Amino acid sequence: MMSVARTVTPTHDPLPHRSAAIRVERIVKKYGDFEAVKGVDFEVAEGEIFGLLGPNGAGKSTLIRMMTTLIPVTSGKALVGGHDVAKEPNAVRRMIGVIPQALTSDQDLTVEENLIIYAKLYSVPRAEREKNIAEVLEAVDLTKWRGAQTKTLSGGMRRRLEIARGLVHNPRIFFLDEPTTGLDPVSRIAVWEMLNNLKKTRNLTMLLTTHYMEEADRLCDRIAIVDHGTLVALGTPVELKQSVPGSNVVEVQFSREDEDWKTRLKQLPDVTEVESQSAGVYRVLTSNGSQTTAQLVEMTNAMGEQLRSLSVQNTTLDDVFVHYTGRQLRDETVKAVFQMPPRPGAN
Amino acid sequence: MNRFLAIVEREMRKFFRSPVLMIMSMMLPIVQLIILGHAYGGHIQGAKVAVVDHDGGPQAVKVREAFDAVAANIATFKTINYENETQAKEDVRTGKVDAAIIIPAQYSRRVYAKDAPRIGLLVDNSDQVMSGSIESEMQSLVNALNQPVIEDRVVKNIALQIVELYPYVEYMKYLLSGSVALAMYISVMIGGGMLYIDDKARGVHEGYLVTPISKLELVMGLNVAGAIKAVLSGISITVIGSLMAGLGVIFRPGADLNLFLLILGTSLAFNGMMFLMMVRVDDPLVPRAMFGVLNTLLFFPSGAISPVSAFPKWLQAIALVDPFSYSVHGLKAILLKDGGFVAIRGDLIFLFAFGIGTLLLATPLFKRTL
Repeated sequence: MMSVARTVTPTHDPLPHRSAAIRVERIVKKYGDFEAVKGVDFEVAEGEIFGLLGPNGAGKSTLIRMMTTLIPVTSGKALVGGHDVAKEPNAVRRMIGVIPQALTSDQDLTVEENLIIYAKLYSVPRAEREKNIAEVLEAVDLTKWRGAQTKTLSGGMRRRLEIARGLVHNPRIFFLDEPTTGLDPVSRIAVWEMLNNLKKTRNLTMLLTTHYMEEADRLCDRIAIVDHGTLVALGTPVELKQSVPGSNVVEVQFSREDEDWKTRLKQLPDVTEVESQSAGVYRVLTSNGSQTTAQLVEMTNAMGEQLRSLSVQNTTLDDVFVHYTGRQLRDETVKAVFQMPPRPGAN
Repeated sequence: MNRFLAIVEREMRKFFRSPVLMIMSMMLPIVQLIILGHAYGGHIQGAKVAVVDHDGGPQAVKVREAFDAVAANIATFKTINYENETQAKEDVRTGKVDAAIIIPAQYSRRVYAKDAPRIGLLVDNSDQVMSGSIESEMQSLVNALNQPVIEDRVVKNIALQIVELYPYVEYMKYLLSGSVALAMYISVMIGGGMLYIDDKARGVHEGYLVTPISKLELVMGLNVAGAIKAVLSGISITVIGSLMAGLGVIFRPGADLNLFLLILGTSLAFNGMMFLMMVRVDDPLVPRAMFGVLNTLLFFPSGAISPVSAFPKWLQAIALVDPFSYSVHGLKAILLKDGGFVAIRGDLIFLFAFGIGTLLLATPLFKRTL
């Protein structure tokens, strides 16, 4: 089954006149009868940070594994740096750096030893090796830890080491599979800043997968929303948000739940969509947040009812995800924790 | 091609950084060598034998003097006098004594009359080793008593003259070859099999697979590293075990070269076998579950504990294809007999052919993708 992403009409060309570092054409991955990736198309321009956003099991990691030659493509084509992953896997491997989901650096080795081993695996000449290691350690702010055993590092530092390891051979294209999973909020922000710096200083093309909307929003030039192996939307974060009816979200909870609030809320001016959530909470998409809020309060008072809570926010990628898939990304992520066993090739 | 050296370097850095593997691989063989070497190596000593003397005559006294001589010299058993034959039999049955000797009434008279004199020996044959030793000692004692006081001028009986090629080989020395092979097997099982699957499960191999390393380089790297670890274990236990068992052959450079070749061949064979078995395994529990089974299946039929010729045919068939057998045979040929290269040539051919053959089989099975 082919899927065509609803490419959001761009308000401007975000990447003018840039050639494609990655081109994926109708790519499919099957495990027996199960189709993990169902004919996905997209392009990533040079120097771009491109995000694959989706819940666990959506097919993000399968996509990234096909692009990094880790698993064979069932059908379709993936070109990375102009090389076909199926026909020229070694050419692809030479120009990419990959950060897997798990922390796989050797704990018994020092930070520097881990980098030396990988530099040798990429056949980095001895003269360049020292220079590259010093540079990447500086870039990930681990210079003073170069002699420390990896097992003594914190989770955030180990993730930075993984990133340094992926950069030690100066790749052009960088793949990161959920780079901040398992990190605390402070370490996560540090990784984001580091990736932004790397993009600027090294002109790297980055493709990352994530199920954190904030991560995708803050890091990515463009985002592809993936669900059940298909690309459901593609665009810049701004474009994606603008593509959702209503520019604001009003989240409201009434003290009494028995009224037909959904119908009443839909009748308010400027309201484009109302979603009923758990425990009597409603998410109201509106093109005019302040106006809708005032009218909502007025309506509640007129009915002699009371509000338990009320908040107004701009449209988020979560709203985008809900709009395109009909489900909340956060819920899917939580549910996925209990999926046993995982689907073959699931991320 | 040099990328395989990066894999070797990584494995060796980890190996030396954490000496647990080396210690673990040597601990069991050394403990086995000490315990089994001493447990099975010696003669039975100090067994308790009840003596019921219903005769009390001069020939009975002669027998009892012979018992005292045994107790004072070889000390296989010591005697305890019993008055009651029934009590003696009961004590053998309940294990208070290991055997009972009954000297019947009229024994001395029968000896003088040459009227088929007999001494009764009651043994607890539930313990074959103990009963066998007492029977053997008693048989020697009776043979000595049967010697005529004045020898014939011409000896008419056939005598077997035994010439032993080597000094007496204690069981500990006999066991050492098996212990060396076992140390290498454990090193390969832990350092090769278990770590390989654990690394796979942790995603370390995923890291290798995204680099331009080829399938052959990866297989070579993993196996060369595994072979080096096994060789180090083999050399260590050969030196330690030889010193413990009192084998001086390790101080002869020619023998050392032969030992090194055997250790190298053994590590190659074990690595190849392990890699072939683990090449498609992903579950870390599998090598752990296989450890004991393989140990029993390969170590015991190899001739490390007792000779292969004593096994039934089906067990001998296992020994025929078991690299342990050739390793143990070769190591014994050098450690116990200093037999030279000629004595181990066949073992070396098998071990190297087995190692290379299993690696050639495993390489196409190795997946370059996840």
